[in-house]
Amino acid sequence: MTVSTQTTSFRPSRRSVLAGSAAATGAFTFGFAIPFGDEAAAQAPNPEINAWVVIQPDDKVVIRIARSEMGQGTLTGLAQLVAEELQCDWSKVTTEYPTPGQNVARNRVWGNFSTGGSRGIRESHEYVRKGGAAARMMLIQAAANEWKVPASECLAENGVITHKASGRSLRYGQVAAAATKVEAPKEVPLKDPKTWTIAGKPLARLDTADKTTGKKIYGMDLKLPGMLNAAIRDCPVFGGKVKSFDAAKIKDMPGVKHVLPVGDSAVTVVAETWWQAKTALDALPIVWDEGQHAKVSSASIAEWLKEGLDAQSAVVGNQNGDVKAAIANAARTVEAVYSYPYQNHACMETMNATALYTPEKCEVWTPTQNGEAALAAASEASGLPVAKCEAYKIDLGGGFGRRGAVHDWVRQVVAIAKQIPGTPVKLIWSREEDMLHGRFHPVTQCKLTGALDKDGNLTGLAMRISGQSIVAGIFPQNIRDGKDPVVFQGLNAPGPEASIGYTIPNLLIDHAMRNPHVPPGFWRGVNLNQNAIYLESFMDELAHAAGKDPLEFRRALMKDHPKHLAVLNAAAERAEWGKPLPAGVFRGICQTMGFGSYVAAVAEVSVSAEGKLKIHRIVAATDCGHAVNPAQIERQVEGSFVYGLSAALHGEITIKDGRVEQENFDTYPVLRMDEMPKVETVIVASGGFWGGVGEPTIAVAAPAVLNAIFAATGKRIRSLPLKNADLKRA
Amino acid sequence: MAKLNVNGKTIDIVVADDTPLLWAIREQIGLTGTKYGCGVAQCGACTVHIDGVATRSCALPVSGVTPEQKIVTIEGLSPDGMHAIQQAWIKHEVPQCGFCQSGMIMAAAALLQANPKPSEADIASEMTNICRCGTYNRVKAAILDVAAGGTLGRG
Repeated sequence: MTVSTQTTSFRPSRRSVLAGSAAATGAFTFGFAIPFGDEAAAQAPNPEINAWVVIQPDDKVVIRIARSEMGQGTLTGLAQLVAEELQCDWSKVTTEYPTPGQNVARNRVWGNFSTGGSRGIRESHEYVRKGGAAARMMLIQAAANEWKVPASECLAENGVITHKASGRSLRYGQVAAAATKVEAPKEVPLKDPKTWTIAGKPLARLDTADKTTGKKIYGMDLKLPGMLNAAIRDCPVFGGKVKSFDAAKIKDMPGVKHVLPVGDSAVTVVAETWWQAKTALDALPIVWDEGQHAKVSSASIAEWLKEGLDAQSAVVGNQNGDVKAAIANAARTVEAVYSYPYQNHACMETMNATALYTPEKCEVWTPTQNGEAALAAASEASGLPVAKCEAYKIDLGGGFGRRGAVHDWVRQVVAIAKQIPGTPVKLIWSREEDMLHGRFHPVTQCKLTGALDKDGNLTGLAMRISGQSIVAGIFPQNIRDGKDPVVFQGLNAPGPEASIGYTIPNLLIDHAMRNPHVPPGFWRGVNLNQNAIYLESFMDELAHAAGKDPLEFRRALMKDHPKHLAVLNAAAERAEWGKPLPAGVFRGICQTMGFGSYVAAVAEVSVSAEGKLKIHRIVAATDCGHAVNPAQIERQVEGSFVYGLSAALHGEITIKDGRVEQENFDTYPVLRMDEMPKVETVIVASGGFWGGVGEPTIAVAAPAVLNAIFAATGKRIRSLPLKNADLKRA
Repeated sequence: MAKLNVNGKTIDIVVADDTPLLWAIREQIGLTGTKYGCGVAQCGACTVHIDGVATRSCALPVSGVTPEQKIVTIEGLSPDGMHAIQQAWIKHEVPQCGFCQSGMIMAAAALLQANPKPSEADIASEMTNICRCGTYNRVKAAILDVAAGGTLGRG
């Protein structure tokens, strides 16, 4: 199951088609199934030292990566962690993905495949480092056995084992086969991160070159022998069904092979090429049974959520003191209502998958953030047990949460493949299908009430969130006592995850769940995005109401939250908060904590008299504890502002007649280069913990800018996105 | 039927006249480096050069291209991946997921061909391709690097 060019395949014909691309990436495993016993490993030409490390006779090191690569750099970061402990030569490192089916077959030796929640590194760092360390110990032991000396007298460095006393040395490749027979160590100590030489360094990514030549194969590019191509249309109204379709009208169109139902809500056209399939599908008359939601609109949803803002019943997420009394006794209260729209992930690569079904086996190739979930979806949709299914992961053209929890497109492609057994079929969603059938960043509204004493100190805060629960939509079994804990991201009581950074004597944060029919999804940053906008904009409102500097107002509440405070200070310091700016330029500041990391940002903006916003500069600080690859962290922070500012400035999915109104980038605009500010990243990396990087910074993009807009214009924007706001001077 | 000149080779393909050039390149010619992102010339993932001009191939029917017009895709930008822009992309580690980068690179190469010393404002107004991972600032830095070095065409 090692790199495709080196191993025996059960399916040589298919392999030969893909081998060119697979060999080029060196990180692409599919279609293979070899026995995994120790004996087999030892006899293989490329010895597997353990599940994480294969060392070839020429010293090439193959590191197995369980998590998915979608641009975030996890592939490189995880390889660095293994290589650090393995003490190998980094220049000889390549990577490969074990398949989900292999993970199941080997009792989940690679752990969780899920790549979401910024967990790629923070959740697996310990066991992957132990994998590298254990392999190093076994290699050393193998050399020691050969020399008949104690292992404790041998050292490994840069892929070479030396016995100091005798001056002998052996390369890893020379002892790899013997090392596979060494018993795995029971105690595997790890290095002190302070001594790292590979991890913690801004090393170049392992996967850049093929992304500059067009050689890299994405799911959309996959081609299997005899493969047909499918386009699909699902009922535009969520929950609706297909009543009928007139296949006769299109069956003679060029290339058309099949016109098929997919479940009870969708129709597919399968043709020789995808363009033929799409063209025929566009011409296919379909009658929909739109179901019970055909009258729902954004306005009706907003009304429902508004009712929740004052509803009696709500689930408490964080509470201390007596907020009612604090508000009743306040010298002054401030109240505001915020709202946040639906948004689409809009990955550049639309949803797609390729499947081959026979009554004996169901195989799926797909870009996925969770290979095991893709495998489970294939099993469920095919009706075959997991052992008769396999999923092959392909690097993603964007994920952002869309390709993680729900594998709706995998179920579809399997449902299609099952109707044409023995023929591989590739399903590609059009951009329109992708826009209409997202799993949307959910709608919420928030009512905040703050109590200030006569000196402008915050004595109480009530925060009522009304709106949709992602967990209720996707994992309803995880709702306990009516509570979706994800709704309170960034607002939790003090702790290691998503905790609020302020001590407020009287606090009540609760949630009135209102679940419209629009399917929600985990969207890069998840609820932290909305919550940071609500809380951090409102903190700004309170500071101004109290006549205090927004930074000083926050600092006064953050004494017991040193990590939150440190990143806030780091951002403020780099941005020279308080120092004069060029005429017309204004600052906004904010902070939050989520996905195990602490983040803060300062935005510098100007707003013209006509209301045109320009974001000049962003300073962003992040403390993710241990920084595994600072260069990739910088890129994730920069990218977070593209994603977060796209959402803040433009991102809005609206509902009319039960369906999404936006169909493409012309009606769902995203940030382009002309709106992109300079981003300066401050990596605090205080050590001692492992925080995520891909998501937390998204959440500070919008509030920093919104607070700067208030500083510039005196206008408080409480309803997103900004494209709907009039920033013209009154 | 269509006759296309792609990456220096004349290729006859059997395809309906209204097939977008993008899909002819991907499905008939088999070059998949050029990507589908939107189908309405919004995102630029499908950018190719036609007689040196960056063109969004998803909204251009093959019937709109003559056999004489020279189409260059990402696969034909350089024989070895060593075009100055490609080298700068690697040096600056521009790509994240990479899906939009073929189009981004083709747009950048055409921009520099037309304007070897673009200002930051030129780049911002000319480079309208969409990237969702957020590589814009690295794209800009890489283009400025090539412009400063003046290596285009000699790289």
